[in-house]
Amino acid sequence: MDQAYEHRPDDVDAMAPSRLRVPDIVRVATTGMQARKARAALSVLGIAIGIASLVGVLGLSESSKSDLIDQLDALGTDLLTITPGQGFGAGDGSLPDTATQMIDRVPTVTEVATVADLPIDVYRNDLIPAEQTGALTVRATDPDLLATLNGGIAEGSFLGEAGSIYPTATLGSVAAERLGVSDLEDQPVVLVGEEWVQVVGVLEPFPLAPDLDRSVFIGHNAAVDHLLDGDDVAASSIYVRVDPQYLAATRDILPATADPENPEEVEVTRPSDVIEAQAAAESAFTSLFLGLGLVALVVGGIGIANVMVIGVIERRGEIGLRRAIGATRRHIRIQFLAESLLMGLVGGMVGVGLGCAATAAYAASQQWRVIIPPVAIGGGMLAALLIGGIAGLYPAMRASRLAPTEALRAD
Amino acid sequence: MAASAPPALELTKVSKHYGGSPPVVALDEVSVAVDPGEMVAVVGPSGSGKSTMLNMMGSLDRPTSGSVSIEGIDTTELDDDRLTALRGRRIGFVFQRFFLLAGVSATDNVANGLLYTGTPLAKRRQAATASLEQVGLGHRLEHVPSELSGGETQRVAVARALVHNPALILADEPTGNLDSRSSAAVMALFQKLNEQGRTIVIITHDPAIAESLPRQIRVLDGRVEHDSRTARTVLS
Ligand SMILES: Nc1ncnc2c1ncn2[C@@H]1O[C@H](COP(=O)(O)OP(=O)(O)OP(=O)(O)O)[C@@H](O)[C@H]1O
Ligand SMILES: [Mg+2]
Repeated sequence: MDQAYEHRPDDVDAMAPSRLRVPDIVRVATTGMQARKARAALSVLGIAIGIASLVGVLGLSESSKSDLIDQLDALGTDLLTITPGQGFGAGDGSLPDTATQMIDRVPTVTEVATVADLPIDVYRNDLIPAEQTGALTVRATDPDLLATLNGGIAEGSFLGEAGSIYPTATLGSVAAERLGVSDLEDQPVVLVGEEWVQVVGVLEPFPLAPDLDRSVFIGHNAAVDHLLDGDDVAASSIYVRVDPQYLAATRDILPATADPENPEEVEVTRPSDVIEAQAAAESAFTSLFLGLGLVALVVGGIGIANVMVIGVIERRGEIGLRRAIGATRRHIRIQFLAESLLMGLVGGMVGVGLGCAATAAYAASQQWRVIIPPVAIGGGMLAALLIGGIAGLYPAMRASRLAPTEALRAD
Repeated sequence: MAASAPPALELTKVSKHYGGSPPVVALDEVSVAVDPGEMVAVVGPSGSGKSTMLNMMGSLDRPTSGSVSIEGIDTTELDDDRLTALRGRRIGFVFQRFFLLAGVSATDNVANGLLYTGTPLAKRRQAATASLEQVGLGHRLEHVPSELSGGETQRVAVARALVHNPALILADEPTGNLDSRSSAAVMALFQKLNEQGRTIVIITHDPAIAESLPRQIRVLDGRVEHDSRTARTVLS
């Protein structure tokens, strides 16, 4: 059992500098954290919540954005709306009569439909006071509108039978609701100006032109003949589908095409831009979560720093012993830094996991595609490590400055 | 050969002053030498400067004045990192309070004695097992400190002090927290280590233990009041 002892005072190794191998750094840090499980877990939780909310916010906004892009792809980003300008110095607020024809000649334009607002009010019946218009607009249009806007018919038909010379009404989704038309079985009629007009159809909402949902559509010719006493009416807006490849170029030439004399008075908009802008506005809400996540991160970081500072005080004996068995100041510093980095790492991993799970669960409930941007995962881990590192700086410095005798004497 | 070998430890006019009000002279120009293979008891009343002296011998602290050499190496010239390496590689420390890591097995606690030498884990554990067997704890390898008796805990600490095979072992009241049986076991262990040729300095408050060792150094008010080797009583 006795081990023969050899005195080796000339051993070259005896003056070799202290060194701590990298795998041992990891071991030392892991042991240190395991010894204080509960406290470490609590501060790790703070980091985890912070990272989870960051990853969740980024993942959800990315997933919902992709959903929006899918939606827009389905609706088409190739729809343009041409309206008379309404700004200062704009003309008489109407487009020339020739606008539709001219636009139709542009080779990159695939569909054109015209809508003209009529100066006529519409009522459910003749008992409604004149001022209660329900904010509905009577609009003259042509059958192409439905195809151009990718619109859908909820019931009946759009504008009735082609070539019908008597006016029939087709209601936008909001108009139908306000006029109390729920089905066409009783052959409902509405009062358009002085005329009773039969409702022949109800439309689905137009996602790309929600203002049209408040319309009562009348066929253009029938409207001119029967409601306007033969006076033609200028287009209020023209909807255009464009070959997506030439969208920008087409958009540029449309004002001059619609109104060669006053192109500056023509406004061309892309409805899908509006929807995108709305989606962007929603991110104001996500920035709240982002802010909360950052607060949780800071709190978690302070928690780690706190655990580490208390640890330095409680573990003076351990620090003293390590100094006695050959740990340099640097080794002590590395140990404490590694421990707080490890807490950051664990917090980051748990947080990224939670954030991904939350994103997946919510996206699934919304039937969105689950998209977690790699930058959220990478950034989340980086942020957690950074916070762990920063939180550990001061405690590590304090630990390393402790003199061995001071550390060993403490109780 | 013995004559030409440098002393294991040599303190030359070592003083240690602590600032504060009033300032404390913990050691006052102490000169003492310990030869290789000696086994020395350091005794004295509480606060007399025993631990301070042992810390100087172990290069855990630097003197305010005077010089310390360890195995012929003058420590005055060494920077903190080299001093640290010197004690880490050449000296084994045993303390009254054991300083084992809680929740870490006896083997790994002992293996930690080699942690800062850059020895790979497998080799450290191998050496730790041998060291634990040497202190008679070959059957307690995987036990954590909370599962060990006080005497066993201190023997684990001794095994840790041995794991890098130092020629010099410094122990500050190693039996201070132990009952008489455990304390006898630990002292028997030190005896054995001394017989292997190691130099051992032990601070003790136990007169019986002190008497059982070949040499006693009595410290009083920061001075060596009596040294049985020089058989000289310094009276102030
Ligand atoms: N860091 C310090 N600052 C101030 N005074 C100190 C410091 N360390 C030790 N002392 C003082 O130096 C003197 C010697 O202390 P030391 O610890 O060496 O005594 P000791 O002989 O080991 O006592 P004990 O038997 O109680 O362990 C004491 O008066 C002590 O208060
Ligand atoms: Mg003491």
